[in-house]
Amino acid sequence: MNLTLKIWRQSGPNDAGGIHTYQVAGISPDMSFLEMLDVLNEQLNEKGEEPVAFDSDCREGICGTCSLMINGQAHGPEVTTTCQLHMRSFKDGDTITVEPWRAEPFSVIKDLIVDRSAFDRIIQSGGFISANTGSAPEANSVPAPRDKAMRAFNVATCIGCGACVAACPNGSASLFLGAKITHLGELPQGQPERYSRVVDMVGQHDHEGFGGCTNIGECASACPKEIPLDVISQLNKDLRTAMKNGH
Amino acid sequence: MAGSTLHDGTTPLNTAPSQTSDDAHGYYTAGEPIVDPVAPTGPIKDRWTNRKFENRLVNPANRRKLDIIIVGTGLAGGAAAATLGEAGYNVKSFCYQDSPRRAHSIAAQGGINAAKNYKEDGDSTFRLFYDTVKGGDYRSRESNVYRLAEVSANIIDQCVAQGVPFAREYGGLLDNRSFGGVQVSRTFYARGQTGQQLLIGAYQAMERQVAAGTVEQFTRHEMLELILVDGKARGIIARDMVTGEIETHLADVVVLATGGYGNVFFLSTNAMGSNVTAAWRAHRKGAYMANPCYTQIHPTCIPVSGDHQSKLTLMSESLRNDGRIWVPKKKEDCTKDPREIPEEDRDYYLERIYPSFGNLVPRDIASRAAKYMCDEGRGVGPMVGDFRRGVYLDFSDAINRLGEDAVREKYDNLFDMYERITGENPYQVPMRIYPAVHYVMGGLWVDYHLQSNIPGLFVSGEANFSDHGANRLGASALMQGLADGYFVLPNTIRDYLADGPFEKIDESHEAVVEARKNVEERIEKFLSINGTRSADSYHKELGHIMWEYCGMERTEEGLRKAIDMIRELKADFWTNLKVLGSADTLNQSLEKAGRVADFIELGELMCIDALNRRESCGGHFRGESQTDDGEALRHDDEFAYVAAWEWGGDSLEGGQPVLHKEDLIYTAIEMKQRSYK
Repeated sequence: MNLTLKIWRQSGPNDAGGIHTYQVAGISPDMSFLEMLDVLNEQLNEKGEEPVAFDSDCREGICGTCSLMINGQAHGPEVTTTCQLHMRSFKDGDTITVEPWRAEPFSVIKDLIVDRSAFDRIIQSGGFISANTGSAPEANSVPAPRDKAMRAFNVATCIGCGACVAACPNGSASLFLGAKITHLGELPQGQPERYSRVVDMVGQHDHEGFGGCTNIGECASACPKEIPLDVISQLNKDLRTAMKNGH
Repeated sequence: MAGSTLHDGTTPLNTAPSQTSDDAHGYYTAGEPIVDPVAPTGPIKDRWTNRKFENRLVNPANRRKLDIIIVGTGLAGGAAAATLGEAGYNVKSFCYQDSPRRAHSIAAQGGINAAKNYKEDGDSTFRLFYDTVKGGDYRSRESNVYRLAEVSANIIDQCVAQGVPFAREYGGLLDNRSFGGVQVSRTFYARGQTGQQLLIGAYQAMERQVAAGTVEQFTRHEMLELILVDGKARGIIARDMVTGEIETHLADVVVLATGGYGNVFFLSTNAMGSNVTAAWRAHRKGAYMANPCYTQIHPTCIPVSGDHQSKLTLMSESLRNDGRIWVPKKKEDCTKDPREIPEEDRDYYLERIYPSFGNLVPRDIASRAAKYMCDEGRGVGPMVGDFRRGVYLDFSDAINRLGEDAVREKYDNLFDMYERITGENPYQVPMRIYPAVHYVMGGLWVDYHLQSNIPGLFVSGEANFSDHGANRLGASALMQGLADGYFVLPNTIRDYLADGPFEKIDESHEAVVEARKNVEERIEKFLSINGTRSADSYHKELGHIMWEYCGMERTEEGLRKAIDMIRELKADFWTNLKVLGSADTLNQSLEKAGRVADFIELGELMCIDALNRRESCGGHFRGESQTDDGEALRHDDEFAYVAAWEWGGDSLEGGQPVLHKEDLIYTAIEMKQRSYK
């Protein structure tokens, strides 16, 4: 396959940045999207042009490091991570536009790499269960209903990639937030901090500059782990209960 | 020695090894033997309990005056940061990723072992200990392994309390499954994403401490040098990968929890960024590297599809519980649709050769058997080189027996992942798998306290060598990472810190200045060579050499050839590398150059270690050492030792590594030839 790539290049946070056009040839449909970019980078290096900086690590679709808006869609046309998107999803001769995640709190570091440390700060604000090491009760002493545990697991699969934010017209991180609130809120161990958690995490979310949720649903359709939209309902319900009870 | 009694009342069950072969003659220098200076004694079941009590305490008021650096935020590093922070020490945590939550522990799929015996199927601490030592082909330390088995049950308690959503039965209690190499169900799991869930648990516990102010988090930072003052580890030099700034961080203790070095093979199941640099920099400062040649090749990986491939993807070993592995009996069937090959023309070779373990034989055996089938010309899938490199992992029996829904519930994400990568639907067509480099059992040498031979430098998780011997059992990596991080290090580091407060040093100390200068000069060197080849191209070439000659099967001749090739590659690297861009910005080419330089030196040492060990054990299979029917043949009389290598200078300048041997003496388990037949 021969492709035309239109890629956002930005040398640093203070550079204006812009789209550059590159040609790549000999791309196999079995390559992942990132392997295609590896080919481009090897080519650029040979020509003496600095390779395109992009984030990736596990390349197995689980670490959440890879990002990229591909033709205006977070992680591209399939419901998966960019590292698991394969070139068989494109056609010979295609022009592909590649940009970094777009959201106010995700500032560009270089080229296609953005700063997602706001997610860590949201977790720091309450996205945990306070269980000191060594003092845990016997694991089976607190049974967890199977359906609740399943629901907790299904939403705990969030990889924190930020696609939900990049896809949201309001730049809201409500899906990310809702997934964590639901994960911990479904389990018996998560109950003691349930309501303070939601208040603190929503506060931090807003403080970071993420937008409010207006139920557009782009987040859930862009989520590579298919976190369902109803985690946002659960988030809102917990928040309402918390407010009502004066948390 | 066998039969006599040691001073603590235990009886050694084997004699000390005495190596007579010397295949690596001329490649190394013999050093003094070493022993673990803090090895516990007495009945094995009491050793850790007693040690926990003997280890000295640090009072809470003094803890906040003590600084701990932890490099790496996977299960071993994240759990340690969380626990030590909670105890009140000042912890600085470093990772090269943009968030600690991305450490590669997250990609572990199958599960975590624990001797809970919830199934009443005969499991116990001793059995987990026994299985681990046996699975590791009697090349691990028995005291360390027993401790690992002992604390395994606490790990599950801890993780459940943190909200890790393990699989549960209808009554709300925890579910288990069984895993390769064992006959009990002791593996706890969260569908095929156990590593992710455990890591998120450790990460959240650590972030809680960040909020509490006990842990300071440095992301996108890479450790490039270890600072030694008066022979003790006192800090690191790190590069801020965003600004390029070279930073000095000082502390009273340094912990390396930096994972494994499987990426020396270029293609592996490791993350793209997994590297050996932190460990290798410590090695060059005097830390011993133990058993570097022990590489675990995982049997259930998605086969390579072509030259462009940047990494390999594992399919969890748990699949072997329900999947049956086979190849066609006849070579001419290899290109046929597998569904059209009748039952009588299929060779379920693991069930045939190893009837009592069948598809659940340990990883090294399953991997090698697959290789032999493909070498024989009975492999399936596309031609890669001269062979078809794949065998079938077939779920049709399981789907018939349990129904597709039940299979989906157990493995759906794995099946989806397979389909995404290969474009084939594994519910309809058998999966194809082939072995790939997955985990390294070698790593920095540590004592029972997980302290390296450099005082104040502790090493945990995959980065150390101690618990898995020559081969790791499935679902034991997660167990070791968390055991080290939550339960072992917090106790043993405390004992070390009880000697504090240590003399304060500052950035003007000559050792610090020197370390900084080395880092700066090295970076300057990479940027100034200005040759023609990218760091990636060297990495790929190194990987080919390693896989070909130091992969699933090694021979004396091949290893000698590999060492020559690596030395040539190294000379070329330092004269013909091309790194564009500058040092004062995010520069991924520069990052890779430093890692590849270290991988090249490590690769050379791995080959020397493999050449010296003229026996087959676990993940190390020497062609010259096999039984009549082709199974691995150990030589306990010669090689029941840990090979701890000291840096002896650059080979291009005539340097040679120095070999220190630590004899492995068992008192609780008798060494036996492994048999899974």
